[in-house]
Amino acid sequence: MRITRYAATLAAFGVVLTGCASEAGNQAQQEAEETTAEVEEVEFEPGSTMAEIVEAGELRVGTKIDQPGFGLANTAGDPEGFDVEMAKFIAAKMGLTEDQITFTETVSANREPFLQNGQVDMVVATYTINDTRKQVVDFAGPYYEAGQDIMVAAGNPEKIEGPEDLAGKSVCSVEGSTPAENIRTNYPEAELVLYDAYSKCADDLRNGNVDAVTTDNVILTGFVAGDPEAFELVGNPFTKEPYGIGLPKGQDDFRDFINDVLEESFEDGTWAEAWDKTAGAITNTEAPEPPKVDRY
Amino acid sequence: MSFLADNFTLLRDAFLTTLSLAVVSGVLALLLGTILAAMRVSPIPALRALATFYVEVFRNTPLTVVFFFLAFGLVYVDLQFPSRFITAVTALALYTAAFVCEAVRSGINSVPPGQAEAARALGLDFRQTLTTVVLPQAFRTVVPPLGNVWIALAKNTSIAAGFAVTDLTAVLQRLANASADQLALVFVAVVVGYLMITLPSAWGIRVLERRLAIVR
Amino acid sequence: MTASVLFDVPGPAARRRQRLGSVLGTLLVLLLIGLALWRLGVNGQLDPARWAILFDTRVNVPQRLLEALVDTLQVAAVGMVAATLLGALLAVGRLSDHAWVRLPVAATIEFFRAVPLLVLILFCFLFLPQVGISISAFGALALGLTLYNMAVLAEIIRAGILSVDRGQSEAAYALGMRKWQVMSFVLVPQAVRRMLPVLIAQLVVLLKDSSLGFIVGYMELLRTARSLVETLNFEFGGIYTFPLYVGAGLMYIIVNVLLSWLARYVEKRTRRDTKAAATTEAELPADVQMGGGGGAVPVR
Repeated sequence: MRITRYAATLAAFGVVLTGCASEAGNQAQQEAEETTAEVEEVEFEPGSTMAEIVEAGELRVGTKIDQPGFGLANTAGDPEGFDVEMAKFIAAKMGLTEDQITFTETVSANREPFLQNGQVDMVVATYTINDTRKQVVDFAGPYYEAGQDIMVAAGNPEKIEGPEDLAGKSVCSVEGSTPAENIRTNYPEAELVLYDAYSKCADDLRNGNVDAVTTDNVILTGFVAGDPEAFELVGNPFTKEPYGIGLPKGQDDFRDFINDVLEESFEDGTWAEAWDKTAGAITNTEAPEPPKVDRY
Repeated sequence: MSFLADNFTLLRDAFLTTLSLAVVSGVLALLLGTILAAMRVSPIPALRALATFYVEVFRNTPLTVVFFFLAFGLVYVDLQFPSRFITAVTALALYTAAFVCEAVRSGINSVPPGQAEAARALGLDFRQTLTTVVLPQAFRTVVPPLGNVWIALAKNTSIAAGFAVTDLTAVLQRLANASADQLALVFVAVVVGYLMITLPSAWGIRVLERRLAIVR
Repeated sequence: MTASVLFDVPGPAARRRQRLGSVLGTLLVLLLIGLALWRLGVNGQLDPARWAILFDTRVNVPQRLLEALVDTLQVAAVGMVAATLLGALLAVGRLSDHAWVRLPVAATIEFFRAVPLLVLILFCFLFLPQVGISISAFGALALGLTLYNMAVLAEIIRAGILSVDRGQSEAAYALGMRKWQVMSFVLVPQAVRRMLPVLIAQLVVLLKDSSLGFIVGYMELLRTARSLVETLNFEFGGIYTFPLYVGAGLMYIIVNVLLSWLARYVEKRTRRDTKAAATTEAELPADVQMGGGGGAVPVR
């Protein structure tokens, strides 16, 4: 790759220019990548969704690339996290290698259109199952249950213990999101500050421009783990957010198949392993009890 | 239609926010841009260089990048805007000023040299020549380009939605997520909001243009 | 040079005064810059280890940024070529003698100029697949940029065609050429040639507007920088935010300033060339330079 060669020259130049190497670079050098995924030979009934995907030789997965622990791009640009592991389980059970998974970034607003238009085969992107969404897409799972929580500055200077304490405080979330809607409806005393990405909220909290950030706890724990000197999780989830795998409406065979894969991974311990490797590793928490798959 | 009635206050407030973003930053950009244009034609080389540098930087940077620096970068030099509305106004004004400067400068260039020569022959200095003779004529010829800049500014205010200002675009996001079945209606309502600013502006500019036209 | 018309050649006293003013002004600016740098230093933002990230190939930062720059340039270039071709077609259509050509073309131009660019990009990405046309993020962004810019360029090229000396078309008609021949062999080539500096300047606008590609998940320069910030923030706190955004911002400025210079250089060359004499300035209308705007779109 020519770009790599240019970049190498640049790096040498940069080290000369700045007189030293970056902390991130030193750490990256120490880390060795190891991946585990056994690929099985499988046969699917001709005409099934699975057979079509295997035929295409590619599983197209929509995921997030900005959520530590669940779906965060590494510096090479490939997403990593618990959601990504779920996709890898499914691919492996279909006889596809990891190279045959194509990840596309899905932001909250385009998850449904992506599925409806067939631009992805499935969406694994901290996607809460609810009835409004079920009208346009189907869900396999849930494979995890999150809950809305609050993140504050380290040391909790404003003494916020739950959503009731947000009255008169500025709290940041994402415009149009369910957590923001929840605060607006149920805790109208709170002063909402709404960006288009949670990373901006985290920046604002770090800079002292808001008192708190609220969204699903797993998203917040990612930020806390990233910068424990700046952030702290209140740790008092006040909603239930079951995460499902979004599928185009009406692919019942694929939904059943994924539910089987999920249940199998719950039982044989690979689900817990995936947790330990991703979200668990950054939050230092044990894998929770797997949720019960909802075959509606 | 009851959907629109239910959300009327929200939409109206959002429209007013968008309008005030455009108006306040438009006025500031006009002032700053005119000063920059005067600097670019001034006799003092340092001022010319400074204004040129300013224009080159801002017109070659995406507006979103300008927003990023004001919203999240200034804190590193220990500066803080009192509100996010003011952050947005500042970003829009700083960015737009570069284009106002270019429009006004080309207007200054379009004033026949004889005008300035005559002014100088009457003994007016640079400041007097510019403010009493050249700029008043320049502003007439720059009404259409400045009007277009204003319309572009009105469209650009939507970037503020990504930086915690509840403008029309932010409300579109909110309503689109809250009531996906009404998406088309939400879309129409918000687009009409923008058109309510841009269409009358375009019309007003055309009227002004005709009224101010100088026959040469 | 207008500047010289606006003021007398300064005498010795005025020159001294100006020099003093310049020195004081420069000092003031330097003082402000120094103050900013000092505060940045106090906040640890000037730590060389932070800036080294921009050149550290082991974390892929330079590779990712350069690749993103190439991707940004690619989408802008594709959009530019397509927009120029379509823009020329529309410009000719708008100058047609037949109302049934002229009016729909005029409506098309007005429509695509009025719709915010973000809406166009999103429309291409979300609605085209619903009518059976599959399109990638790259395709949607390139198409959105094409549609908006072809409308802008159509107006610019139309002005260019009208600016070609009347003798050219009269001579062509006298030779027995038909209207379409005059257009395609005589007027449009000369107009596009005159417009070349303006077309290069328009590339700057496309480059800036390509940063709206985040809406369809296209990893252009700004989105890549943000993604790197998100990744590195997670592992190291906020220490790389400032260097990465400054780096990306500088990349835009450098590329765009180079393009502007190229536009001005080409303008000078064409001006010297007698065949394309009396060319217009390499200046786009100021509002066109401001880009297509964000517009009304669910951005999340």
